Amino acid sequence: MAEFSTKHRENGEVNILELNGYLDAHTAQHLEHAISDLITKNKYKVVVNFENLKYISSAGLGVFMAFIETMRTNAGDIKLAAMQPSVYNIFDLLGFPLLYEIFPTETEAVEKFNR
Amino acid sequence: MKVKSTTENLAVIRAFVEEKASQSGIDKSVIEKIVLAVDEASTNIIKHAYNYDASTEFVVRVLISKEEFKVLLTDHGKSFDPNQITDPDMPTYLKQRRVGGLGLHLMRHLMDKVEYQKLAGDGNQLILTKKIA
Repeated sequence: MAEFSTKHRENGEVNILELNGYLDAHTAQHLEHAISDLITKNKYKVVVNFENLKYISSAGLGVFMAFIETMRTNAGDIKLAAMQPSVYNIFDLLGFPLLYEIFPTETEAVEKFNR
Repeated sequence: MKVKSTTENLAVIRAFVEEKASQSGIDKSVIEKIVLAVDEASTNIIKHAYNYDASTEFVVRVLISKEEFKVLLTDHGKSFDPNQITDPDMPTYLKQRRVGGLGLHLMRHLMDKVEYQKLAGDGNQLILTKKIA
C-alpha cells in the first residue's frame, strides 16, 4: 500500500503543509481532506512543502487544481516549495508553473506571502 | 500480474513494473516515466472502465525485448479508445481550473507509443511502449 502522510504547522499567518511519501489516486483523498480542513478554519495562505514527497501522479495534481481558486478568491494562495526534480518534472511537463508559484525552498515561499 | 481493481493496488502495480524495468537495466529516469504512465493507465481502468467496482480485476503484463519495454493492461470493463481523445491545450486547461483528464495526456508524453486494442469478447487492451535501445 502506498504510504502518504501530511503534517500541518504554522509560520505566522502562513500554513505549511508537509507532504510525505507517495501521492496517487489512492492517497489524493488524504491530501484533499488536509486542505479542506484548512479552508474550514478560514486558512487560505498555504505553502506546500514537497521535500519528502517521492512521487506524484495526475490525481495528486488534481487536488491542487481543485482548491487554487478558493484560496485566491479569499486573498490567499497555494504556493509550492522544495520539490524533488522527479516531482517538479511532472508539474513542468503539464505547464503547471504557469498557474502556480514554485519555490526552491519553503522559506522563500513563506517570504513571498509576507512581502 | 492480476490485480483487484482498487486504487490501493496502484502501489503494488508500480512496484511490479519498477522491479521488471530495474531487472532490465533501464535508466532510473526512464523507469520513473514508465511507472507513472502505468499508474495513470491503471487509474483510468479502476475509475472509468470499472467505476471503482472492487470486485473486478485487470491484468498487467510486461514484455521486454532488446529494443522495447512494453506494458500491456487488459480489462473487461467499459471500452475506452484513446485514439478518440485529443490532448488538452494546457494553458486553457489551467486557465479554466479544470480537474482530471490528464492521465492519457501524461501517458503520451512519457511513453513512445500508446495503443488500444479491442479484444475478442468484451476485452480492452492498452499497450504502452518505451524504446530502451
